[in-house]
Amino acid sequence: MENKHTFSIGGVHPDDSKLSKDCPVEVLPLPETVYVSMAQHLGAPANPVVAPGDRVKAGQVIAEPAGFISAFVHSPVSGTVKSVGPRADLAGNKVNHIEIAVEGDEWAEGIDLSPELVTAIPEDSAFILERIKSCGVVGLGGATFPTHVKLSPPPGKTAEYLIINGAECEPYLTSDYRIMLERSKEILVGAALMKKVLGNPRCVIGIEDNKPEAIAVMTESLLSLQEESKDFAGIEVLSLRKKYPQGGEKQLIDAVTGRQVKSLGLPIDVGAVVQNVATTLAVYEAVQKNKPLVTNVLTVTGDCLPAQRQHNYLFRIGVPLRFIAEQAGGVPEEAAKIISGGPMMGKAIANLDATTVKGSSSLLYLTDAQTRRQPEGPCIRCGRCADACPMGLEPFLLKRLADAGDTRQLEDNAVQDCIECGCCLYSCPARIPLLDVIRIAKGDVMRIIKSRPRK
Amino acid sequence: MSSTVIGTIVLVTVLGLLLAMVLFWVASRFKVAEDPRIDEIEKVMPGANCGGCGFAGCRAFAQSCVEKGNLDEQFCPVGGNEVMKKVAAVLGIEAAEQAPKVAVVRCNGSCEARPRTNDYDGVLSCRVKASLYAGDTGCSFGCVGCGDCVAACQFGALSMDPQTGLPVVDESQCTACGACAKACPKGVIELRAKGPRSMRVFVSCINKDKGALARKACKSACIGCGKCAKVCTHDAITVENNVAYIDFTKCKLCRKCVAECPTGAIHAVNFPVLPPKPAPKPVTAQPAVQPEKTQQDGK
Repeated sequence: MENKHTFSIGGVHPDDSKLSKDCPVEVLPLPETVYVSMAQHLGAPANPVVAPGDRVKAGQVIAEPAGFISAFVHSPVSGTVKSVGPRADLAGNKVNHIEIAVEGDEWAEGIDLSPELVTAIPEDSAFILERIKSCGVVGLGGATFPTHVKLSPPPGKTAEYLIINGAECEPYLTSDYRIMLERSKEILVGAALMKKVLGNPRCVIGIEDNKPEAIAVMTESLLSLQEESKDFAGIEVLSLRKKYPQGGEKQLIDAVTGRQVKSLGLPIDVGAVVQNVATTLAVYEAVQKNKPLVTNVLTVTGDCLPAQRQHNYLFRIGVPLRFIAEQAGGVPEEAAKIISGGPMMGKAIANLDATTVKGSSSLLYLTDAQTRRQPEGPCIRCGRCADACPMGLEPFLLKRLADAGDTRQLEDNAVQDCIECGCCLYSCPARIPLLDVIRIAKGDVMRIIKSRPRK
Repeated sequence: MSSTVIGTIVLVTVLGLLLAMVLFWVASRFKVAEDPRIDEIEKVMPGANCGGCGFAGCRAFAQSCVEKGNLDEQFCPVGGNEVMKKVAAVLGIEAAEQAPKVAVVRCNGSCEARPRTNDYDGVLSCRVKASLYAGDTGCSFGCVGCGDCVAACQFGALSMDPQTGLPVVDESQCTACGACAKACPKGVIELRAKGPRSMRVFVSCINKDKGALARKACKSACIGCGKCAKVCTHDAITVENNVAYIDFTKCKLCRKCVAECPTGAIHAVNFPVLPPKPAPKPVTAQPAVQPEKTQQDGK
């Protein structure tokens, strides 16, 4: 029988290209120097609390949140702080970084580094939430929104669903897939922890059906945990029909619950909280092991790499991208563009000397033939972009309105709902740079909406 | 037959008169009193409706002038002092003279001085490019070179120089409306006083990186060394955030800083070409090349 669970409007079917799916996660060696960015999360950049010359241990707080929507940053290594100051990020923009020279690998006290699984769920929700906050956990699905904020629904709203996002709908990326295979039980404990915080809603782990092994492993682990303890009751694994952008928050809610988030609304408005599997693992480590978010898994992949040079690395957050590229055998000659993130929504890396951040998920090498933009043709009114848009927008119209600078009409046509998934651009036969223009227009309209007095 | 013709003529005439009376009554009954000076001012305005004054168009500007009754903080950059004098005459007041301004491109990172570090393959729009990343050179502050300013200029005063990849201002066309400065996502373009005989000195760089970094990205970047500020006898130069800025209200155009700048980031334009050494002539020498504007404005 055909799998019916997927989001209801739009979507595209890019080729999977999960080339690195059979590469087990390897631990990346430590470099000589790491650069820890202060802007690794959505919201205000963190304030450094160390000065040059300070000795730090791995897992020690080196920057504090600068506001409600902000997060703690911890040192990923032990060593000496060399400098605190601006440094170019992967787009070349200057961001405050803390430079640490690596000396040994000593961890701060109180951090449990043993691989033993801790399944006992703490009784106190406030304790769990506090651990998540103090360990600097942010959403690792891409937006890096501070997790503790997401797990604290505003008063009057309750979560009916906790959705764990294992869709990994972006082509090429396999980091989430690998952790679901290798650390399924830890992820499930993480899910149970968040479920506890949210007052025991239904918990659904959504995995796309192009990853049958992950679905099988997660289901098996879930059954064995459910036999052990009743904390895991109410968790289920749901197979989703593959379609991009299934991993989009609003799309996943639609796919799992059939509910749709209104324009400018939040998932909690329809009673849903969505967390990525990598975030869920980070929650497990934070709460059960008191281990701050200083490691993550990253995929090194690309069609121009032979099978033995595809990698999934467990890296310390702050390792320079160039170091990872060198460890993986250097940048292949055919690579014309290196992308951080997936090919649909990832960012091209303009500066390989930039550092990894909490949300780094891949180093993707694309060849010139794969990425070179083709000359733009005239719009032939085929409507494919409107068919593909998962938010039900009309990209061709938005592009025309954006060219005319008509912000009023843009707002009426809901440009602010664009999730920048790139389906319109992907589906356009005339290769019109729809998203590039719409993204700018969305920014303009959002600025206007935010500048209005609140009711 | 004739009676039909006469009947028609009479009917139409009477109808016309009646309707004229109705129209006259409506016009006088529902008359909106509007200050006639608004129309008068609008007539003397350039009519470009460029928005350079900060109002929606020339009429909105005229309305504001009449409503306020003075010209404080209201200036038409396109018409300049001449038009403002006429506007003041309509209002029966004196117009304060303002030094004419001109758009100045504060980036001299030509293709040669600022080598490309990557290849941009997206939409040819400065806004799009600047929103995606810092640019295709090592400098994250300078011109990104897609020509949004050229598109924004409705006076045809801007063009891209294919040699340098930078915009060039045609001073004879520039009205200092500021549309280009608003269009530039990097804030490279500044409106500066045009200066006597169009002569002016400015720092053609806004790179706030530390000297070594700035120099690495661009050979002609301001490295914030402060030599210009030291040599300036008029206290016109300040170095802040590793970049020098010349206050055009204080600059006396002595050009000592130009000679001092190690990277050539300070530009002096429209100065007369001096005969070769050893006879350095004073600045006030007759211009060898006649600049397009010869109006002296008290500097």
